[in-house]
Amino acid sequence: MGDPIISVQNVSKVYGNANASTVALQDVSLFIEKGEFVSLVGPSGCGKSTLLRLIADLDAPSSGTIQLNGHAPETARKNREYGFVFQAPTLYDWRTVARNAELPLEVMGRDRRDWKPRIDKMLALVGLRDFHEYYPWQLSGGMQQRASIARALSFDPAILLMDEPFGALDEFTRERMNMELLDIWETTHKTILFVTHSISEAVFLSSRIVVMTPRPGRVARLVAIDLPSPRTFETRESRRFFELMTDVRETLKEEFTRHE
Amino acid sequence: MTDNVSLDNTLIAAPPAVTPRWLWLLGGYLLIFLLVAVIWESSKALFAIPDYKLPHLTQIAEAFVRPTPKGPVWLILLQDASYTALEALVGFSLGSLTGFAIAVLLQRYVRLRQGFLPYVIASQTVPIIAIAPMIVVGMGRMGAPPWLSKSIIAAYLTFFPVVINVLRGLESVDRDALLLMRSYAATDNQIFRLLRLPTSLPYLFTALKISATASVVGAIIGELPVGSTRGIGVQIVVGSQYNTFNPGFLWATIIAAAMLGLLAYGAVALAEKRIVRWKREA
Repeated sequence: MGDPIISVQNVSKVYGNANASTVALQDVSLFIEKGEFVSLVGPSGCGKSTLLRLIADLDAPSSGTIQLNGHAPETARKNREYGFVFQAPTLYDWRTVARNAELPLEVMGRDRRDWKPRIDKMLALVGLRDFHEYYPWQLSGGMQQRASIARALSFDPAILLMDEPFGALDEFTRERMNMELLDIWETTHKTILFVTHSISEAVFLSSRIVVMTPRPGRVARLVAIDLPSPRTFETRESRRFFELMTDVRETLKEEFTRHE
Repeated sequence: MTDNVSLDNTLIAAPPAVTPRWLWLLGGYLLIFLLVAVIWESSKALFAIPDYKLPHLTQIAEAFVRPTPKGPVWLILLQDASYTALEALVGFSLGSLTGFAIAVLLQRYVRLRQGFLPYVIASQTVPIIAIAPMIVVGMGRMGAPPWLSKSIIAAYLTFFPVVINVLRGLESVDRDALLLMRSYAATDNQIFRLLRLPTSLPYLFTALKISATASVVGAIIGELPVGSTRGIGVQIVVGSQYNTFNPGFLWATIIAAAMLGLLAYGAVALAEKRIVRWKREA
């Protein structure tokens, strides 16, 4: 194994002041290799979203060190080394789908001649080939989230940080988006760090799962997912899929009972 | 032949669904006008209100078409209204630009906001009727063209709604939308241009609609003091002075002023429709 592309060492995050403080993360360490698909799973309040935001330098840790490609998060952010996908699509209402996907290229001052070919490619990749000129309100929730993924991919970052991107979608749309995300992962060879509270989604997508527990947020266990690739519709019905799901669920249950 | 018949059938079936919206609107306006006319004339008859207090609607209509040495009254009112419109437009532009600039500064510098905002608010509690003559007379003494003082008063009424609404608009940026910009390492100027400004546009137009009518009121107030020679405000003063002799004329000037306000509002609403195109139709 080479140097990890994301390394998190002894990171803690405490919110509030001396009188009233909440420990969101306690002594979390995590190492992610290039090209991995890693999911952070846990109930709400386990700090998984917080951890993602610390890695993205959208918030600062109270202690510990984080590195992306050997850089501090702030440097990595300024180098535009990651793309972030929020739970809400967070599209800009006044921009069409294509103009939304272009946004990072515009901010980053990329050569204007490259915009169109890149956007065409990315919107085709997420299945929005025919929706360039649509405004966000004209799209379904699933389509909006695809546009937001195309936007994150448009500037070709090596790392994709995704914060419950399919949390607001219905089961069917979510499963279809899962398949599409795996396709994207396989064609682009990105490193993906994915936050979810759905065990089945995490098992289906990931090469590795980080099981987290709340109050304070800690890493309970790492689970390697040895399901064969490419994953298909049938993967969800395989015996191994259920075994892994049960395994993750048991870990969460153990941690839960220990807290009571 | 059969084709023609089926075509005719679809045509006959279609009309109820395609009654144009503007026709409904026009019908509504007419209905309200009729209602007001009935109340107007019947209360006049019922309570024996004299003409100088409430003229007949026909007297108002007559007042519009009455000939004068300088042409029919409606033409004179149109000329005066145009003059007032220009004063209001200059004031509106000046006021909204100033208001916008103030809002941007107050949004950027929180310290400035705390110190400056009370003055902005206080400026609007001063009765404009009281300071308008001072502005008109004072600026006249300094040799400013007569329309300028009217525009300044219009601007004074215009800038406040713009400051308050735009400030609110610039601040009402979605948190994740802002974090997205941060994840791109965007500069403050980029965040302003690409996120805050577009977010504030619907708020700006709400303000401009209020300001458009306020600017007309401001220009008219500026025309009221003695010494003014042109504008719909001057005609309103004339109308109230000669009301006993010519009871329809005052109302004609009031209607002209109201039309001007409507026009100003309509122009802003039209611009909004052109510019804020991403909003879902209600």
